[in-house]
Amino acid sequence: MRRSVFIAVLAATLVIGMGTIAMGQNRFLAGAQEKPAAAEVKIDNFSFGPATLTVAVGTTVTWTNRDDIPHTVVSTDDPKAFKSKVLDTDEKFTFTFSKAGTYPYFCSIHPKMTGKIVVQ
Amino acid sequence: MAGKAKDEILYDHNHDGIDRRGFLKCMAWAGTGALCVMSGGVLKSYSLSRLPELGPKEAMGELSFVQISDSHMGFNKPANPDVAGTLKAAVDKINGLSAAPEFMLHTGDISHLSKPEEFDTVDQILKGVKPKDVFYVPGEHDVLNDDGKQFLERYGKGSKGGGWYSFDKKGAHFIGLVNVMNLKAGGLGTLGHDQLEWLEDDVKHLKHSTPIVVFAHIPLWSVYPEWGWGTEDSAQALAYLKKFGSVTVLNGHIHQVMQKVEGNVTFHTACSTAFPQPQPGKADSPGPMKVPAEQLKSVLGITDVNYVQGQQALAVVDSTLA
Repeated sequence: MRRSVFIAVLAATLVIGMGTIAMGQNRFLAGAQEKPAAAEVKIDNFSFGPATLTVAVGTTVTWTNRDDIPHTVVSTDDPKAFKSKVLDTDEKFTFTFSKAGTYPYFCSIHPKMTGKIVVQ
Repeated sequence: MAGKAKDEILYDHNHDGIDRRGFLKCMAWAGTGALCVMSGGVLKSYSLSRLPELGPKEAMGELSFVQISDSHMGFNKPANPDVAGTLKAAVDKINGLSAAPEFMLHTGDISHLSKPEEFDTVDQILKGVKPKDVFYVPGEHDVLNDDGKQFLERYGKGSKGGGWYSFDKKGAHFIGLVNVMNLKAGGLGTLGHDQLEWLEDDVKHLKHSTPIVVFAHIPLWSVYPEWGWGTEDSAQALAYLKKFGSVTVLNGHIHQVMQKVEGNVTFHTACSTAFPQPQPGKADSPGPMKVPAEQLKSVLGITDVNYVQGQQALAVVDSTLA
């Protein structure tokens, strides 16, 4: 009885231990890809903030419209690298940048609004 | 402000402010029938000598129409949670005009998000307006998602290209232009080569004495480029209209009344029926401007236009919904 309890406790410890290491590894990987907070562009007051955002290859950027008017996020490249649908207040658009490069974009409704994602 | 010392209020289109005496005088006139226009705190006044007598249609003139703009059906933020209600108020205002207009122009941003139900609601509300013919040009909010396909299906019968067209009424030539398609990053409104070619051809054989009315969403003059309030290639369009003795350009987009006269061309923008926007440079951005609820109707409005054959200029009169 004591031996099986001992084995059970040992096994549990191992599982928990491995789980902790695994979680730690995930966090480590996330740390390497970095900046989940910075991979965000806030749209407000007819502007993209930040206007230029630099991210690592593979990052998913999220645009959130905080303005009280709809906006879009449209790549100015030809062909377009990305194009959002119309985003009303609080709606989001995401795009994952899998290739390095500079991606200028604008709001197709209010073309004076421009921004850039730099992928390194 | 010009006209301080007299009873007559003189036209002063480039003035940016107004003194108290002129303001009070103008407000007195406003009570009798909207000869003065209040927009975002700036008062624009109209010369009495340039207006025909207000009265029944026969005494007044030969052609009368009304312009509304920027109904933004579907908008529901604090600046106006009830744009359907204010559009209905505009309809009531139009129906209450002493000289019933023959037809109506809508200079775009009919809907807020180009949704079918938004267009349907506007159509429904406008069924109650007396003038049965309504002519539309799109705003940038009307051509989202589908490059204007839905707009053209609904309102573009008989139009060319992106939805431009012209028609005649009582000897005046009306031209609807589209300057909200194919907008380029960092740019302003744009008419484009095809439309300009069509315009040149459309007016080529008209007599110089034909009064011309051009209507388009984004202003065809440079109101405030920093906010996109202008059209890149409008100079070319205006060059084709240079020969005419009277050109009236009616626009929307900026949600406030502004007017400019350049030679034979009078440029005029209308109020929105949905929400006001700040004056150029007076805010961080040209977004919806909140005013106290009880003031909302006083910053929304319609534009009544009258043309008397033989007179050079068309008489353009704005009224608020208040």
